[in-house]
Amino acid sequence: MPLTDSLRDDILASVPSLRAFAISLSGNGDRADDLVQETLLRAMANIDSFQPGTNMSAWLFTILRNLFRSEYRKRRREVEDTDGSYAESLKSHPEQHSRVEFEEFRVALSKLPSDQREALILVGASGFSYEEAAAICDCAVGTIKSRVNRARTRLSDLLSIDGADDFGPDHTTRAILSAGGRG
Amino acid sequence: MKEVKKQGGLNAEIQSRIGHQLRAMYDDVVRQGVPDRFAELIRKLDGPEAAAAQIDETAKNDGRD
Repeated sequence: MPLTDSLRDDILASVPSLRAFAISLSGNGDRADDLVQETLLRAMANIDSFQPGTNMSAWLFTILRNLFRSEYRKRRREVEDTDGSYAESLKSHPEQHSRVEFEEFRVALSKLPSDQREALILVGASGFSYEEAAAICDCAVGTIKSRVNRARTRLSDLLSIDGADDFGPDHTTRAILSAGGRG
Repeated sequence: MKEVKKQGGLNAEIQSRIGHQLRAMYDDVVRQGVPDRFAELIRKLDGPEAAAAQIDETAKNDGRD
């Protein structure tokens, strides 16, 4: 069925943030683009169930999120391969972010439980309200708030530990130095 | 705000770094725009009727010729 110009424009306009969401969720550029493709196929096949006047982006995010979760359950037993492919999918990194810092953050994000990760991304990066994020994740607003808070706390813990290492010798070296100091 | 107070125990600098990194990572991808494969896919899926009409047109024209 041909789309109206405005529906097609809305779908196209959502593609960049849909990709960013998929990559942030999966940590894998190739898998992310497959997810986006599958999302677009489903969306176009079910465009009749989209209610005009509602948020197209939120509708597409909901489809992608559900696809990711069903795929994640299927793949849970497989070894996660997030090494490198995410970074490779990016054409350029902002100058102000060092490669090390970027990798550190990406690894920390991948350690979060997926429900916390998706809540943090939707609210902290995609710009959805807590209410919209709750609708996308099919849960209560309070649940989203608590997931976002737990995600921030966990990331903070993970990055604080790494941050301490930035300022001097690593733990082993420090232990050796302090042991030596006593003698 | 209540939410902010609850996070009082967290290192503010780390929190700001998390927000910054998250958006930087996300916006890097957003800035790539719409890859050709998706623009192409939407064009292909959109309006098989339009595509069929075009084929009809071609067939008619061929017939006339």
